[in-house]
Amino acid sequence: MNAKIIVLALTPFAANAQGFAGLGGAADGFGLPTPAPTFDFPTDHGPHDNYRIEWWYLTANLQADDGTDYGLQWTLFRSALAPETGSGWTAPQLWMGHAAVTTSTDHYVSERIGRGGIGQAGVTAAPFSAWIDDWQFSGDWQTMAMTASGTDFAYDMDLNAQGPLIFHGDDGYSVKSAGGQASYYYSQPYFDIAGTLTLPDGDVAVTGSAWLDREWSSQPLAADQTGWDWFSLSFDDGAKMMGFLLRQSDGTAYSSATWIAADGTTTAYPDGAFRAEALETSATSGATVPTTWRVQLPDRGVDATVTAVNSDAWMQTSVPYWEGPVRIEGSHTGRGYLEMTGYE
Amino acid sequence: MQLFTLLAGLALATALWSGVQAVNTEARASYDSAAATLGEAGYDQLVSGDDQPISLETYVALRRAGWLVSPVIEGQINGVRLIGIEPLTAPSSLGPVNLADGADIGAFLSGRGQVYGTVETLAALDVTGSVAPDLAPNVAYTDIGVAQRMLDRAGEVDLLIVAPDQPLRQLALREVAPNLIRRAAAAGSDVGKLTDSFHLNLTAFGLLSFAVGIFIVNGAIGLAFEQRRPVVRTLRALGVPLGALIGLIAVELMLMALLAGIIGVALGYVIAGMLLPGVAATLNGLYGASVAGTLQLRPSWWISGLAIALGGTALAATGALWQLSRMPLLAAAQPRAMAMAAGRRAKVQGGLAAILIIATLILAATAQGLIAGFAMLAALLIGAALGLPIILSAVLAFCANRARGVVGQWFWADTRQQLPGLSLALMALLLAMAANVGVSTMVSSFRLTFVGFLDQRLSSELYVTAADANQAAQITERIASEVDVILPIQSVTMPIASIPTEVFGTRIHDTYRDTWVLLDSLDLPWDQVASGEAILINEQLFRRAGLNVGDQVMLDAVPLTIVGVYGDYGNPIGQAVIGEDLFVKLYPDVGPLRFGVRVPEADVNRVRSILRDDVGIPDAQMINQAGIKAFSLDVFDRTFVVTTALNVLTLAVAAFAILMSLLTLATMRVPQLSPAWAVGMTRAELGRLEVIRAVLLALLTAVIALPLGLALAWALLAVVNVAAFGWQLPMYLFPWDYVRLFGFAVLAAAIASLWPAIRLARTPPAGLLKVFSNER
Repeated sequence: MNAKIIVLALTPFAANAQGFAGLGGAADGFGLPTPAPTFDFPTDHGPHDNYRIEWWYLTANLQADDGTDYGLQWTLFRSALAPETGSGWTAPQLWMGHAAVTTSTDHYVSERIGRGGIGQAGVTAAPFSAWIDDWQFSGDWQTMAMTASGTDFAYDMDLNAQGPLIFHGDDGYSVKSAGGQASYYYSQPYFDIAGTLTLPDGDVAVTGSAWLDREWSSQPLAADQTGWDWFSLSFDDGAKMMGFLLRQSDGTAYSSATWIAADGTTTAYPDGAFRAEALETSATSGATVPTTWRVQLPDRGVDATVTAVNSDAWMQTSVPYWEGPVRIEGSHTGRGYLEMTGYE
Repeated sequence: MQLFTLLAGLALATALWSGVQAVNTEARASYDSAAATLGEAGYDQLVSGDDQPISLETYVALRRAGWLVSPVIEGQINGVRLIGIEPLTAPSSLGPVNLADGADIGAFLSGRGQVYGTVETLAALDVTGSVAPDLAPNVAYTDIGVAQRMLDRAGEVDLLIVAPDQPLRQLALREVAPNLIRRAAAAGSDVGKLTDSFHLNLTAFGLLSFAVGIFIVNGAIGLAFEQRRPVVRTLRALGVPLGALIGLIAVELMLMALLAGIIGVALGYVIAGMLLPGVAATLNGLYGASVAGTLQLRPSWWISGLAIALGGTALAATGALWQLSRMPLLAAAQPRAMAMAAGRRAKVQGGLAAILIIATLILAATAQGLIAGFAMLAALLIGAALGLPIILSAVLAFCANRARGVVGQWFWADTRQQLPGLSLALMALLLAMAANVGVSTMVSSFRLTFVGFLDQRLSSELYVTAADANQAAQITERIASEVDVILPIQSVTMPIASIPTEVFGTRIHDTYRDTWVLLDSLDLPWDQVASGEAILINEQLFRRAGLNVGDQVMLDAVPLTIVGVYGDYGNPIGQAVIGEDLFVKLYPDVGPLRFGVRVPEADVNRVRSILRDDVGIPDAQMINQAGIKAFSLDVFDRTFVVTTALNVLTLAVAAFAILMSLLTLATMRVPQLSPAWAVGMTRAELGRLEVIRAVLLALLTAVIALPLGLALAWALLAVVNVAAFGWQLPMYLFPWDYVRLFGFAVLAAAIASLWPAIRLARTPPAGLLKVFSNER
């Protein structure tokens, strides 16, 4: 008994064991994002079952009263086997939750997987609630509550939105390759967050800021794209920046960025404007990944070094990746989150 | 005739070996796949406390309350056990199916009819599923949604597997699903141990059949050579080089061995095919899981069958060819010469036998492990077999000396002279009989002990399990006045002498005094235990920790004197009994949930209905002792169905060996019998004497086989069993079984000798006369 069914059960996420690269698969029967979208809220906060993948992805940079930095992640992925909602056991919607807390020395991770259609996991738009098992993220997008627990950690957080939703790319139509692959992508990067982390050493009261990403698509990557390096950076001067590199198998990368001024106005940058260069790599408990980066957006005078708070923020989940808090130094200073996928 | 002997002997030996091998391999493979299919017993489970299926809502409610549980549904369709699982939440080590590459997991989850099973299973279900050959037969796996639909049980769940690692926070079970009961993971090893004992039986038989087989092959080859000596002599006299002759004979033998091996493997297949239903029934009884009733032609055993045929032939032929090469050119193939040669060989053989018997004695005194135990068995059996001709010869010489009358003296002397030719067959008979005596003694001893143990452990008429402390109190309160006595069963696992031990707090009652058999004890052990100063331990703890009665052990810093040791068969771990008062003092929080209820047999049902109606105990939580006993004995008896079949088979093969030897000898013996005929004995008389001779030799062999078999049984019970399972079984004797066996052996020998005797009696006088006219 070596190949366990559970491993294969995850293939919708692992896309036939090719990891994130499998996201480049064809989108038969599923909806495809189209340019110049108009969103309808709160409906669009809910699931889009006719798209293959979708996520509610929250990361937060937290601080305890004593100044200790923490990172926090709460993610719910939806993966559809077929472009329909369905009900009961036959519903083709599968859900996967990831929760993590990162300190400078430790990285706590938990994963839940469940079936849509029976009530174990799902998202409702109004009133908004996203859940898998006992994990939950709910509220009216102004004040929200969030909870998750693993075998060795748990957290309860309250969130409060301090700014508007941010739409990436072309009003929320985010192009991912020269070939035109794209997703719908918007964020709420203005959450104030406060709550309690329950860690092996005891409870810690923390406060900080959180960034929520919403994205859905059916074929977000081109076939020759192998993974991505994604940055969400909050500068001390109030500006924010989202930037990503989609690595391509020929060694080049497709880049994209959104500059969010302190007043909430956004500027989308096309391929090539945003640059990120790995300065140092670290061997983690998974793959060896870059943990110090030089990121540049010359148009905004950004030339900063992004360093992982804990280089071993490896997510040992069914589809493993790296996700952790970072510090920013250089032309700009601040804090943020880094996600790296497709490293082996 | 010679060709037939050789082929038949080899083929039978191969058949026996490969048959046993096939059964063993098949049983193991079936068991392995049955055990590997779903490891749900290794996890705690949530089951319904009221016999109602668990609802889907309850499952989801538990998940949402932080319980990492996974639903399982199970049912029967057309004799197939269909198991529905939820692969996304099942613990990752719970792997039902070794899925082939390219399995469509999407189809599995979305309920488009993905069912996993063997070809036959899928056919029985009448579904197009995915073939998973390493699944147990008649077990199919599918997604829980599909299973619910196929079983027509929408929204129902039979049990929830509790993942070993649960999150930091979860609601209490009673708040979410008050009607569910958490059932602890099965220790698993109980069944495992029974399995081991079953396989040990088969392995021991494999070993024996191997030994018997080798003896038969050896005998067949040896006799073939003896018969050929005149031909060899003639050929060599005609100038054929020795090397060429030996080479040709070797090639011929190997070809025959190959042919015999193929026949043998085919026969073995038939044997296995006949035995396998018994094995299947046994395993079915043991695990409740069905096992392949059909046989797969596994390369491992047919190759090993052929190897045995070739190897056995090579072994036997080497000796014979060596003799041939050293034989003086014109040495006559005379039986007497053969006997003389045997006399020289006997010395070597005797020396070897003595060494092996001494080795056996040394091992008996020192053997610790399983390998040493088996080595001892092997030394004992081979030593005894090698020693057999010498003992028989001595006995016959003694008889010959005391015989009166010409016929008597001739009979004994002639018997003794025939011995070398028959000795291999007799060795086979010895081994077969010893195995029979040994194994039947072991099995019957095992059974007696087991029955006694059941009586001891299941002494209460009714066993009741309460859902919680509250219900436990109600039970005591409600039926205290209705029954003779209520015996609470409560335990904790604590280290004693650094070995994890299940410590029971027992209400000392005459039930225990009357029914528990202590292997060793001080005076009034139960009263001492009741006083709270003493402890009883099981044999496993006793042996593992090297404790003795009278020793003191510490239980949570309380010193306790060991006042007795009890047998605890089938239990892999340490166990101990202390008084209820002391237990309550040490572990006030435990509290008993299980109770043994002593009540007259006639009142059992009345008490059951009181508990069901007034206290709300579901029927599933009340067990009648009579039912468990019957079930346990049934399982036990099935375990040995196969053993019995193999016993009979081994004996039959030994009888065949005798027949072959006698047939071969008969031809050679004409020259010797002719003078006896010539001096006035009738052919019928000679024939009768032949039968008597065979019976006599069989009887003598049987007399030797009895102590050998008992020694074998002792070795199995006291050495191998202790090494394998950690407990020693008391040995009982079953004289009537032995007498019956004697009868069988004599009968077998008589039947085997009948044909040669009849042939002898019908030999035309001319044939007998020819002896005198032929120049020899």
